Amino acid sequence: MDKGLVLRDVVIRKAGVAMVSLSREIASGQVLTVMGPSGVGKSTLLAFITGTLVKDFSASGSVILDGHDITTTPAHQRRVGILFQDDLLFPHLSVAQNLSFGLIEGGSAAARRSVVEAALEEVGLAGFGSRDPATLSGGQKARVALMRMLLSEPCALLLDEPFSRLDTALRAQVRELVFARAKARALPVLMVTHDAEDARAAGGEIVTFAPS
Amino acid sequence: MKTRRYLPIVPMLTLLVMLGPILAGLYGTFLPAFGHLPAAGLTGPSLQPFASVLGWAGLPRAAMLSVSTGLLATSVSLLIVVLLTAGWSGTRPFRAIERLLSPLLAVPHAAAAFGLAFLIAPSGWIARLLSPAITGWDRPPDLLILQDTYGFALTAGLIVKEVPFLLLITLSAMGQADAQRSAVVAQALGYGRVTGWLKTVFPRVYAQIRLPVYVVLAYAMSVVDMAVILGPNTPPTLSVQIVKLMSDPNLAMRLEGAAAAILQLGLVVGALLFWRIGEWALGVLGGRWIAVGSRGKMDVVAGGFGLGAGVICAVTVLLGLVVLAVWSFAGYWGFPDAMPEQLSFRNWARHSGGTMDALWETVVIAGVVTVAALILTIGSLEAEYRYGLRVSQRGLWLLYLPLLVPQTAFLPGLQTLMLSFGVDVGRVPVMIAHLVFVLPYVFLSLSDPFRAWDGRMGTIAAALGASPDRVLWRVRLPMLLRPVLTAAALGVAVSVGQYLPTLLIGGGRVETLTTEAVALASGGDRRAIGVYGLMQTAAALLPFALALAVPAIIWRNRRGLRHG
Repeated sequence: MDKGLVLRDVVIRKAGVAMVSLSREIASGQVLTVMGPSGVGKSTLLAFITGTLVKDFSASGSVILDGHDITTTPAHQRRVGILFQDDLLFPHLSVAQNLSFGLIEGGSAAARRSVVEAALEEVGLAGFGSRDPATLSGGQKARVALMRMLLSEPCALLLDEPFSRLDTALRAQVRELVFARAKARALPVLMVTHDAEDARAAGGEIVTFAPS
Repeated sequence: MKTRRYLPIVPMLTLLVMLGPILAGLYGTFLPAFGHLPAAGLTGPSLQPFASVLGWAGLPRAAMLSVSTGLLATSVSLLIVVLLTAGWSGTRPFRAIERLLSPLLAVPHAAAAFGLAFLIAPSGWIARLLSPAITGWDRPPDLLILQDTYGFALTAGLIVKEVPFLLLITLSAMGQADAQRSAVVAQALGYGRVTGWLKTVFPRVYAQIRLPVYVVLAYAMSVVDMAVILGPNTPPTLSVQIVKLMSDPNLAMRLEGAAAAILQLGLVVGALLFWRIGEWALGVLGGRWIAVGSRGKMDVVAGGFGLGAGVICAVTVLLGLVVLAVWSFAGYWGFPDAMPEQLSFRNWARHSGGTMDALWETVVIAGVVTVAALILTIGSLEAEYRYGLRVSQRGLWLLYLPLLVPQTAFLPGLQTLMLSFGVDVGRVPVMIAHLVFVLPYVFLSLSDPFRAWDGRMGTIAAALGASPDRVLWRVRLPMLLRPVLTAAALGVAVSVGQYLPTLLIGGGRVETLTTEAVALASGGDRRAIGVYGLMQTAAALLPFALALAVPAIIWRNRRGLRHG
């Protein structure tokens, strides 16, 4: 059983016209960067992998994660984590509740609490658990969103322009944090971006989608 | 999992619940209208029912009243709303009116009608305040202000209630029409505020509010409770006559009632066609008006009229509630005293038994109906989201259909049908009938915020391992708490205000605050009317207050949801 994310002969069509066509293997700890102008189907490719492709599109090919074909698996059972350019923290939950929403099931309440606290500590946010996410700074929100996703123990990580809303100083810092955590957990990473700096920092293969 | 099995059929079930009673009701109206009513031992077809309706001496007048009050009330309300919005949107007086909108909307039609009656009647508050100093009256003058032959009082009542409704839908349509920037561009080109708005924003806004305007027209032509309170008696409007015929113990009268109901349906369809032609004609004239390039010399007058009329509508409803309250606490109150000699709780104490029973009935019906409407609405919207369904323009028409078909056309048929099948009248059938009217409002209120919810939240939650049900219950609905509660409050207000479905489908045995209040109209006991009218208003208004307060309390520490 090979670890990693495999996209086998993936073709996504809109109204019968192929707009995305890709076949790649992303090994554990490796990053594949997809670049291209907006509207070429970068986000559509991610939607296909997370299982949330809308009906306007049809797709063929398969997604294989750690040796399992997940092409038709329901979205919530795929174990594919994703980060968007917005933090998308749930506004009705506290920071700690957001993290425990992500944390995989099981364990006593006390054990879960301490996992959440440890996660906050890991990104320098100890004691922020009871805070309203709307009161955090942009960088803090990004870190909570990252930890929330990691607590769900995904087997692959998708990044949809995840740093484009952050200002330059913060950007490098958060980017480094995300790639370091992904590498530490040996996750295959697929990043979609139109920022050359992001692509360089990722350090992996770069695929460029051209407008059709 | 349960949800997965039932969810796909919810949209169909919703349509069935909404349209089933209407189709059945129209069917049940058609048969007796052509002389077929086996329950009364009559088999058709025969044209006798139509012959007797056409033979009724009051018919031309009654039909004319329906048409004239409907068209006049709709066009005047629309004119007020358009001029008010054109001249004042974004200004301070406009924002003040906007804030009053929800409470004004929630006031039931019957309570607003009673309030208006208590203001403008010859012995009403206005006459009292002006007498004897200005008018010289020391007894109520012998003037036919209320229930006047031409239905002007009824038209006025309809206008004060329809202006808030049309204003609300105009405001929501403007959000999508990029109104602000168009108005700025027009003003930069030298157009007056009102003229610029009419020429640039109105055409787009009207395209979006067309269906609700049709609803107002159909409603105004066939309203019963307001017509009983404010409309003429000899003859009454066609709708009131239909209800009289349908309530007659002599079953044969139902044939005539059914024929009159078909006639009423025809009148509404005809008026809608007439309105559609008017739209087209106005469109042509408006196109020429735009081509002429006039910048608007009458803007100040038009804008002033809009604001003045809008304020009068709001003040009338609010003062009406005040005068209801004064009457409910009044002891002896002679003419022309401005206030009663004593104020006490005696009226409230005297009617406490009756009001409590009616309140209980009202709350049970409104509660069950609203919960059912919420389940069907959320189920339909969630099915639409999960299965990627699309709602077409035709789907929107189906949603508006229960509000477009005149109540007096299908409710009598539904009652007759139930009678033929031996189904007992009572609370449950009344609930089913209420649902027909509550469901569209709840759906229209909730669908926009539900669809506007950021779908990436769902993707994130699913990527975190949350099942579709968990996403719905733990993420989507909590985030949408405020719009869900607002939709629920609207549902309760609509159910509380229902008169005809409660009366006809309840067979007169289901007594809610509304049916009790309207029944008091003919007796003229103003103190009792004050008590019931105020209770009715409170039952409709309190849920709106809760819909504001509950999310504010629950999410007091969640800034991200404060304006959501």
